[in-house]
Amino acid sequence: MAGNRVKPFRARAARAVTFGLALTLFPGAGHAHLIETGLGPVYDGITHFALTPEDLLPALALAVLAGLRGKDHARRAIVVLPLAWLLGGVAGTLAGAPGLAAPAWLPLLVLGGLVAADFPLPAGSTTAIAALLGIVLGYANGTAMAQGGAGLRGIIGIACTVFVATTMATACAAAWQSGWLRIAWRVAGAWIAASGLLLLGWSLA
Amino acid sequence: MRFTLTHTLVFVAATLAGLSTPALAHVEAGQAAGFLTGLLHPISGIDHVLAMVAVGLWGAQLGAPAIWLLPVTFPIVMALGGLLGLLGIPLPGVEVGIAASAILLGAAVMTERRLPLYAAAVLVGFFAVFHGHAHGTELPPGESGLLYSLGFVMATGFLHAVGIAIGAIHRWPAGRIALRIAGGSVGLAGIFFLWRAIA
Repeated sequence: MAGNRVKPFRARAARAVTFGLALTLFPGAGHAHLIETGLGPVYDGITHFALTPEDLLPALALAVLAGLRGKDHARRAIVVLPLAWLLGGVAGTLAGAPGLAAPAWLPLLVLGGLVAADFPLPAGSTTAIAALLGIVLGYANGTAMAQGGAGLRGIIGIACTVFVATTMATACAAAWQSGWLRIAWRVAGAWIAASGLLLLGWSLA
Repeated sequence: MRFTLTHTLVFVAATLAGLSTPALAHVEAGQAAGFLTGLLHPISGIDHVLAMVAVGLWGAQLGAPAIWLLPVTFPIVMALGGLLGLLGIPLPGVEVGIAASAILLGAAVMTERRLPLYAAAVLVGFFAVFHGHAHGTELPPGESGLLYSLGFVMATGFLHAVGIAIGAIHRWPAGRIALRIAGGSVGLAGIFFLWRAIA
């Protein structure tokens, strides 16, 4: 009975994902950067996170890592990461000058590697990584927002987007683990780790 | 494992999404171009394409867990080779190594060679270093490093996926013969690449 309820949901979800992915085949030139539209600092923050792969990819990798490890990890991650991002962002905005920065390749390599290896982290470690990642990337965002004039409202936009993005990614990773889907997450982790490794080469070259 | 219609739809959609064109929706220039350049780079060389597809074909023949292990390990080892190339650390006989990869992987598919898992992983990983190094030395300057790298790695992964998808015909007798012929063709192409590298 329960299986009968789950199956149509999965079928609907798969259709929705298929449709959404198929839409990406027909992109047009959007020229949609909201900084130019004057919609305000919150939207600046939202677009900053969504259009900065150095921030987006580590957050998604952490979300997938937490989702693969189970509900306890997932629940902690989706709360701790945005809050830490917010705190780091506020600190960065108040400081106004870069002082705490991690090389972009490091979180990609570490988090992508952990996902690829399907490493059995304890929940405390996942939480600690989420807090560290949020503070470091949030601080960097905060300094950038302060210099760009978006300030605290920009950071609120970023933190909200981090919450939405990581919650969705964590939910997908936690729900879709049967058969080859878990391997697909690991392959995605391997791609992120490999990109981090190449980025290391770019930064040292 | 049973592939349902849902699995197939998601797989096809994900593959198609990976081949999509960039939206160019951000006024910061170069980002989408960097991803697209990276995505196109691995398919610009037929030797690389054949070897990557052969990895997928061989994985499909070997079945689980090799079919999944190879696509997970290959990108990371290839990126390690790319790192060496980016740092300017020389690797002797890169072109010969790439040609040898096509020969040996093609031969493995043609003969349906079933190596132990660790041996298959070591063999594929060894050749991944050569492919990665060749690409690492060719990476164009001035692109968005992360997006270029991501596109480059994803394109290689999709080539594996193409090989795995083609390798699904392995379940039918006629498909097995077709796969062995394809493996032989890749091996022959590898011999040509080797001749070209040495000559």
